[in-house]
Amino acid sequence: MEHYWQEISALTMRWVRRLSREKFSMLFTLVQPMLFWLIFFGNLFQRAADTQVMQAPNYISFLAAGVVVMTVLNNGLAGGVDLLFDKENGFLERLMSTPIHRTSVILSRFIFVMAITSMQVLVILGVSYLFGVEPATGILGVAMILVIGMMFGVGLTAISMAMAFSVKSHGDFFSVLGFLSLPMIFLSSALVPLTAMPGWMSFLAQFNPMTWAIDAVRPLILSGWSEALPHVGMVIIVMLIFDALCLYGGAKAFRRAMG
Amino acid sequence: MDRTVAIDVSRLCKTYDTHKAVDDLSFQVYAGEIFGLLGPNGAGKSTTLRTLITLLHPTSGTATIMGYDSVREADKVRTVIGYVPQERAIDRFLTGREHLQLLGALYHLSKEEATKRIRELLTLVELEAHADRPAKTYSGGMKRKLDIACGLLPDPKILFLDEPTLGLDVQSRLRIWEYVRMLKARGMTVVMTTNYLDEADQLCDRLAIIDGGKIKTMGSPVELKIALGGDIVSLTLKELDRIPALETELKRQPAITSVRTTTKGLDIRVESPEKALPTILESANRLNCSVEFIQYNRPRLDDVFIAHTGRAITESIPEAESA
Repeated sequence: MEHYWQEISALTMRWVRRLSREKFSMLFTLVQPMLFWLIFFGNLFQRAADTQVMQAPNYISFLAAGVVVMTVLNNGLAGGVDLLFDKENGFLERLMSTPIHRTSVILSRFIFVMAITSMQVLVILGVSYLFGVEPATGILGVAMILVIGMMFGVGLTAISMAMAFSVKSHGDFFSVLGFLSLPMIFLSSALVPLTAMPGWMSFLAQFNPMTWAIDAVRPLILSGWSEALPHVGMVIIVMLIFDALCLYGGAKAFRRAMG
Repeated sequence: MDRTVAIDVSRLCKTYDTHKAVDDLSFQVYAGEIFGLLGPNGAGKSTTLRTLITLLHPTSGTATIMGYDSVREADKVRTVIGYVPQERAIDRFLTGREHLQLLGALYHLSKEEATKRIRELLTLVELEAHADRPAKTYSGGMKRKLDIACGLLPDPKILFLDEPTLGLDVQSRLRIWEYVRMLKARGMTVVMTTNYLDEADQLCDRLAIIDGGKIKTMGSPVELKIALGGDIVSLTLKELDRIPALETELKRQPAITSVRTTTKGLDIRVESPEKALPTILESANRLNCSVEFIQYNRPRLDDVFIAHTGRAITESIPEAESA
């Protein structure tokens, strides 16, 4: 157990060091493109969006929940990239030839991605606050948002790592990534509520775990606990199933690549 | 000679779909020797090596490393080996020292122990001055040195080197050879793959020539050369039409093992050049063959390779065999 901890902390430290070596990348990681959605898209559609339809005082307060979950989505889907490069240049092999627990490398990646994602979510909520969006459920609600984000993020990161272990080249990886991310966003309640969507889109969006996450985060920001709790309960169940599936697939891909 | 067996590979096979990457390989590596797996790209060297370091599970057969089974006791195997991968497996953003610190933690060394070993290793591979620079500023040779330091960090009983000098300049290459010899002098067992004949010849105590997933021959470089049956005298003749006559004449001489026609003359394999050379020249004189050029070669490892695989190591593998 002591060894396990030594391995995981050293490997996690490596990801932190890598990030801190790339000053620009660090800056852009924290002030990432998702923020532009909030600032530009949010303000741009302030008057075009119908607050009656949004069920929110203004569009930016509606959009905040979507941007939070979009951040989780993008980080999660990109979470395997570094392992992909490790696999391609042989570093992963070097790590796996040492007497470490087989899960240490993966676990370190989960910890790192979750930590970075949480920080980004806090930055987004902070910027929203500057535009007058105050989470209705307070600090506890923010903590709940982070928990939901992490539950969604674990599954996404597992998908990303499974892809990293399975693809032949990193070109394939990025193609699939680019292909996945936008439809996931449009076919969710991130930008407009399901009720305002064309029927076929809202139908598909129901099967998107992202919709469930947003529908729980949104009342935590806009309404309050009484409205949020049923959604929170629901999203926890959905995410447990989602994570179980993703982790199962990820473990299979990992074993195939390492066996 | 009775020697301790460090690695015992028995009937090892590794199949990918229908392709047999490694086909019924058996060999032993003795403690304290430098053992080479020599063969062209795609011969199955790396697959064999990856099995020995527990990264691949064999389809059938077993590999035992210091008495531990590579699959069932993979954890124990990993504690006694060091590995230097083929690719420059370097994290560009980490410094040399950070690489070693990371591995120190993965081998569960205490901080003090790790610090001490890292200092020794950096001195050994002459990287102290560059230890705190990110690895992306390192030259190819420096990266290779760091690779080797990483492989040595666990103070392994057996060090595995995958193509240790691939793509290096001559100087770095000689430096790496020096390290490997020094490690052997310290009692370490070294297993390496290479597709450089001179490297195998210079460095390895024993080697296995692998082609198409099978061992073609095995032994020390000297044994392998001797087994070919003696030295080669190459004649270049002025009049090419005299070649057949001379060939017939020489084949009758007892001092000569075999004769082979080449484009410009004859390759004559002899047991002892001292006895054979006068005979050859005498026969040539008698038949009025004027010799333009005469060359005498001890067999090189290239010849061994060609004799056992039917082609030079630089020639690509025929489609039929690789498919």
